[in-house]
Amino acid sequence: MPIISIRGLVVEYEGRRILNDLNLDIEAGETLVLLGGSGSGKSTLLRQIVGLERPKRGSVTVKGVDITTCSLSELKKIRHSIGVAFQSAALFNSLTVEENVALPLREHTALAPSIIDLTVWMKLAVVGLAEFGKLHPQALSGGMKKRGAVARALSLDPEILVLDEPSAGLDPIVAAELDELILLLKQTFQMTVIVVTHKMASAFHIADRIAMLYQGSFSLVGTKDEIRASREPRVRQFLDRVPEELANPANVSAYFQRYLERKEAFL
Amino acid sequence: MATALEDVGSRAIAQLDYVGSLNIQLWSTLRAMKSALPVVGNRYRWQATVRQVLQIGYDALPMISLMALCAGFILALQGAAELRRFGALHYVIDLVAIAFTRELGPLLTATAVSGRSGSAFAAEIGTMKVTEELDSLRVMALEPIEFVLGPKYLAALISVPCLSIVCSSFGIIAGGLFMFFSARLSPFLYFRYVLESIALRDVITGMIKCLAFATIIVHVSCLEGFRVRGGPDSVGRSTTSAVVKSTFFVILADSIFTAFFYFTGGH
Ligand SMILES: Nc1ncnc2c1ncn2[C@@H]1O[C@H](COP(=O)(O)OP(=O)(O)OP(=O)(O)O)[C@@H](O)[C@H]1O
Ligand SMILES: [Mg+2]
Repeated sequence: MPIISIRGLVVEYEGRRILNDLNLDIEAGETLVLLGGSGSGKSTLLRQIVGLERPKRGSVTVKGVDITTCSLSELKKIRHSIGVAFQSAALFNSLTVEENVALPLREHTALAPSIIDLTVWMKLAVVGLAEFGKLHPQALSGGMKKRGAVARALSLDPEILVLDEPSAGLDPIVAAELDELILLLKQTFQMTVIVVTHKMASAFHIADRIAMLYQGSFSLVGTKDEIRASREPRVRQFLDRVPEELANPANVSAYFQRYLERKEAFL
Repeated sequence: MATALEDVGSRAIAQLDYVGSLNIQLWSTLRAMKSALPVVGNRYRWQATVRQVLQIGYDALPMISLMALCAGFILALQGAAELRRFGALHYVIDLVAIAFTRELGPLLTATAVSGRSGSAFAAEIGTMKVTEELDSLRVMALEPIEFVLGPKYLAALISVPCLSIVCSSFGIIAGGLFMFFSARLSPFLYFRYVLESIALRDVITGMIKCLAFATIIVHVSCLEGFRVRGGPDSVGRSTTSAVVKSTFFVILADSIFTAFFYFTGGH
């Protein structure tokens, strides 16, 4: 049975359709990489998977519970087994990095403080932030905040790890380390990982399957080889890094022409 | 005509929605507040409550004392100017003592707290909303109502009555200073008169008002924070409207309470 299954998911913001009738099954222990252009709805989909928003239609079932209709207490129980790192990191600014990572442990476990300290140190060491635990998030760089968020997402050793562009803003070395970490988590803890990334090399390195979002629907969901072999124009455009028509000089001058005409009409 | 009706209708719905949200927020906070209590509750919540008590109460002490001294002095002066003409200068004592315990203590305190702490609550929660910190609390299975609002509310319920007592005391002290310098009334006698003129009922009605004002300030300000949509600019607007709305509702509630106590008290 899939650990997460999405059926007929429709999400609208202010009447604008963001996700259009999505269906997706994610098996326990697999790493799914979510690709898609900026604004294609990847973060929106992740927010649905962790139950932050109710969809307009459709269902999201996590570990056998439909989180779009279940009670808050059921949802909370499910959330104990999900670790999330937001695109904006969203560390608590009033707490130090250590306290951020310790927060879920303090709140949801009965571990002794010394054990919590040790666990926190290990999680921070894993993302290379061990020396920075005493700092507040304001004192960290963008990439360090991202890593702090990953450490916090890992703090309860979740079954499902959801990472929204964890490697954006990281240098290639740290980004590669993060990839290795994801592979390690999968191998040793059979963690189910859902990652949004824009880095193709990293996607193909860590993914079991890749799902590509385009205009609110999946243009393709498949293994790495299926994606590589795909003839789907959208997928090819993404993989071969073909710029959108807009960047073509002829189109730009056409846009400019139209802009000038409009401006004349106003004058 | 139709648009006018629509306008009135949509405004009425917006108001109802606002009151409804306030109501829901109040009840969920009351239900969640057990965890903020000492001993029976969660240790970290109680620590947060103590920090809030220091912020709302202790840090406001100098300002409130000074305000109360000035207000007491103004009241005594203005009262004396009139009462002296009737040879009833000693009524200044009753005026100051009763006005402060029943009315000015709670009201001045509420104004100061809404300006100092109400705006801070709205800014804090609004910022957490904008930076997705509230969302990350939720995905960690921590409810913002319990985690953020509970300690603040409990702290306000503790600090506002205490501040009000301090405020009334300083107002009465100012009255005593005035009586000493204008009529050479000994402080000892002054305080005996004060104690004679205050009834237990005055103290109790003052305390009831304090609890009501604390409720209004915390819930109105925090709701403004939770309602922040969009970017940092809306945080700024929310702090302003938190202070404006909570001050307005405090004065409204005060007039209702005062009318109620007047007509039921047999004055
Ligand atoms: N709270 C919101 N209200 C209205 N529209 C929203 C909201 N959040 C997202 N959107 C819209 O939904 C669409 C998808 O946004 P989303 O953040 O999911 O994109 P994304 O795929 O994560 O992009 P990126 O790669 O840039 O992070 C965008 O067009 C955005 O304008
Ligand atoms: Mg995104």
